[in-house]
Amino acid sequence: MTIQEKFNGESSRQVSLLKSGLTLNEHRNLILKRTEDSGFYNGLERLEFKETDPIGYERIFSKLRAGLVNSREVAKKIAASPIVEQEGELCFTLYNVAGDCIATSTGIIIHVGTMGAAIKYMIQNNWEANPGINPGDMFTNNDCQIGNVHPCDIATIVPIFHEGELIGWVGGVTHVIDVGAVGPGSMSNGQVQRFGDGVQITCRKTGINDTPLRDWLHESQRNVRTPKYWILDEKTRIAGCHMIRDLVEETIREEGMEAYEKFATEVIEDGRRGLASRIKAMTIPGKIKTVAFVDVPYAHEDVVVPSPFAKVDTIMHAPCEITIKPDATWRLDFEGCSRWGWHTYNANPVAFTSGIWVMMTQSLVPTERINDGARYATEFRLPKGTWTNPDDRRTAHADAWHFLVSSWSSLWRGVSRTYFGRGYLEEVNAGNSNPCNWLQGGGINQEGEIHAVNSFETAACGTGACAVKDGLNHAAAIWNPEGDMGDIEIWELAEPLLYMGRTIKTNTGGYGKYRGGLGFETLRMVWGSADWTMFFMGNGYMNSDWGLMGGYPAATGYRFEAHNTGLLERIEEGKSLPLGKDRDPSECELEKHLSKDALVKRDKQCITTEAIFENGDLYLNYLRGGPGFGDPLDRDITGVENDLNQNFVLPEFAEKIYGVVISQDSDDTWHVDEEKTLQRRAAVRKERIARGTPTREWMETERQSILDKDASVQVQQMFASSFDLSESFLNEFKTFWDLPEKWDLLEESLGIPMFGAKHHMDISELPDVHPVIMTEQ
Amino acid sequence: MSNFTKKQVADLVKGSLDWDTLHMMLSMPKDKERYANYMSVLQDQVSWDDRIIMAFGPHLFLAETIDDKSLVTKCSCGHDFGDYRTNWKLNALIYVRDDEEKMQQVYPKLMAPDTSWQVYREYYCPTCGVMHDIEAPTPWYPVIHDFQPDIPALFDWLDLPAPVNA
Repeated sequence: MTIQEKFNGESSRQVSLLKSGLTLNEHRNLILKRTEDSGFYNGLERLEFKETDPIGYERIFSKLRAGLVNSREVAKKIAASPIVEQEGELCFTLYNVAGDCIATSTGIIIHVGTMGAAIKYMIQNNWEANPGINPGDMFTNNDCQIGNVHPCDIATIVPIFHEGELIGWVGGVTHVIDVGAVGPGSMSNGQVQRFGDGVQITCRKTGINDTPLRDWLHESQRNVRTPKYWILDEKTRIAGCHMIRDLVEETIREEGMEAYEKFATEVIEDGRRGLASRIKAMTIPGKIKTVAFVDVPYAHEDVVVPSPFAKVDTIMHAPCEITIKPDATWRLDFEGCSRWGWHTYNANPVAFTSGIWVMMTQSLVPTERINDGARYATEFRLPKGTWTNPDDRRTAHADAWHFLVSSWSSLWRGVSRTYFGRGYLEEVNAGNSNPCNWLQGGGINQEGEIHAVNSFETAACGTGACAVKDGLNHAAAIWNPEGDMGDIEIWELAEPLLYMGRTIKTNTGGYGKYRGGLGFETLRMVWGSADWTMFFMGNGYMNSDWGLMGGYPAATGYRFEAHNTGLLERIEEGKSLPLGKDRDPSECELEKHLSKDALVKRDKQCITTEAIFENGDLYLNYLRGGPGFGDPLDRDITGVENDLNQNFVLPEFAEKIYGVVISQDSDDTWHVDEEKTLQRRAAVRKERIARGTPTREWMETERQSILDKDASVQVQQMFASSFDLSESFLNEFKTFWDLPEKWDLLEESLGIPMFGAKHHMDISELPDVHPVIMTEQ
Repeated sequence: MSNFTKKQVADLVKGSLDWDTLHMMLSMPKDKERYANYMSVLQDQVSWDDRIIMAFGPHLFLAETIDDKSLVTKCSCGHDFGDYRTNWKLNALIYVRDDEEKMQQVYPKLMAPDTSWQVYREYYCPTCGVMHDIEAPTPWYPVIHDFQPDIPALFDWLDLPAPVNA
């Protein structure tokens, strides 16, 4: 397990909140010490309560878990934001006194860790002395320097007392639609520092006696663009937290305080053992290496940011070595990651470590017993100074997901290799799509109100292929609880954007024996707005997902927007309209239904900042597909036939990639000729052999291009940034390519601004601030 | 815990297992016997006699040779990529999609990576031409050794005797 740093500074309170008389920090440090010394959470070598009264133990678990889920389902009906009410972007979690999670609801369970980190921050920074922790208090946090993923995830945290003593905490989180950042929308672009990333609240006491404080209400509402949604989201969180607090009080009345206290620690050790048991049952011990990349194309003219030093093209680099140990614990080491940057995709270590459980619950821990135990069974190493552990307090995090989900995609592949190796093919997943585009923007909406939007259609991208079946089409995103694109009618109420069409996106699933799930595309026409802007947010020049074992990555993204379209006149005149089927981007189908004076942007620049959109302008929201599995020449021909007839693949690529010989009958149905296809596939294999080069031979030419420094600036910047942070990555690189001992690559040689590379200031350098550190760095 | 027959595991590998059984495999605790059944199914699919120890891909295996019990990476066609501790990709054929024309053989215009940012590296078997893997890194990226299994530890988990040269 990762040994967490303990802070032994002063903490004091006239009267202890705990029966033991300890301060909260002393209490937490004791748990950490017992855990470190024994290897078991809180030193629990035996699960005494579970072993002696298994029914009682399960009764408490079932009651709490059911109550958490129920509270979430009830509370979300209070919200008006479709992100919460339609997509389910909320979660409630119960913690023990030390801030370790006992149980959680369904929903965005990444916040098991982020809210826990906020509680631990209050403990470690002596909140019990000032501002005080009392029954009926509420604390609000969304600070990314404490562990939050991005500022739009707002957490309300309520302490739970019993007979005057603190016995735990409950946290509730919702993804709000806007936090008042420079760019409108919850995960926006445009800002490049924390100071433009929207309102950030640091574990602030925002309520007493179960009532939100008036100064908080007045201040917070005016700091965001969408106060109606903000207010109802807060009511949602408070209602859920209070329901769960009542549930804990009821459980203690029924089961007794002693049983509850034992449960609140044993369940975490139980969770730790549960992960180790699954690792042993499903995986193969050994070392797995994997990597992910994300393009950050900020030099383009359509990326307008306030700071000139941010106007550079860079690449996020996330290599990972996964070590599965003989004792069935594991270590994830991200040595070699690139530096944080002047954009909104940086991530805090807690966001990273907590987030992978969203993914692992879908394979390694597929139970309702999600708690902090899994974290205690895992060693994480996230080197300081990297994009996932910044050493500077200025970093922006609004779309940390962009990097996070991309780096996690490679973990799917890595762990899937071990499932596949042992025969658990049903668990294999080639990875997740890069869940995007994020359609965002704001202005005056169709109701005449100041508004911001973030379309969560992204929650239904294509999924990765499995080793026994295709990925699901327009079905899910790895981070989302419900896999729901949302109803058109609801989005049209929430956004001044009419749907011209919503259809499956051809050719977006990665090819393979089993193909990745396809994404979809929606064409939106701006209508009823005033002073409206929008922007794009996704991958374009690169893929962050790869295929697995011979499968191809999914298609990359592209941008389509159109202005001065003449569409409002065409509607009046009854002329043809673009209906959203942009099946082959090279055909420019949508342009055929626009005014000849239309200004169209159709390119690979998938990250932009606010651009003005008038009523009648068009925006194509292309949601990505998932990666494929296995050699495409092994794909069953009926599968290819179906792909053709459902417009999942263009005929040209069915022939080239799947090696099929096809024909179309009089009613346009495609058929694959089995015998000719077998011959064609044999020929394709021979063509591969003919065009292939022995890898070691190719390495000589690639080595020469390295010696010649022959690569784009963004590629060189990525390597230089990783080399600067990691000598071992540099040495590994030089050894692999057999480079001269003195060979080096310095960012200074690239002629681009490198603000933050040499001069930075960490949050820990602020006075009286003691960050909670839960990973090796 | 559920147990599954060799026929069911063979159907799983073939991709023809019925959904109810597949769902049971997903939702129930894992069957430890899967390993033996799986190896037996894979062994039936190849024409050579070296003993398959592990699958690295649908056509790529870790095998123990019958001659000297050495452990090698082997293609389903019988091509030997050498000692399993060495990255098999270094002994494969590689084809790099590193310009727009090569990328547009794979995806329509605008739907493939820009090769000044990212390339595709396809790894083929030199004997049969099967594609064992595709990497999608930046130019210059070292060839990735995806997986180095700890075989003695695995066999300890499986309660089976480990290959002698593991």
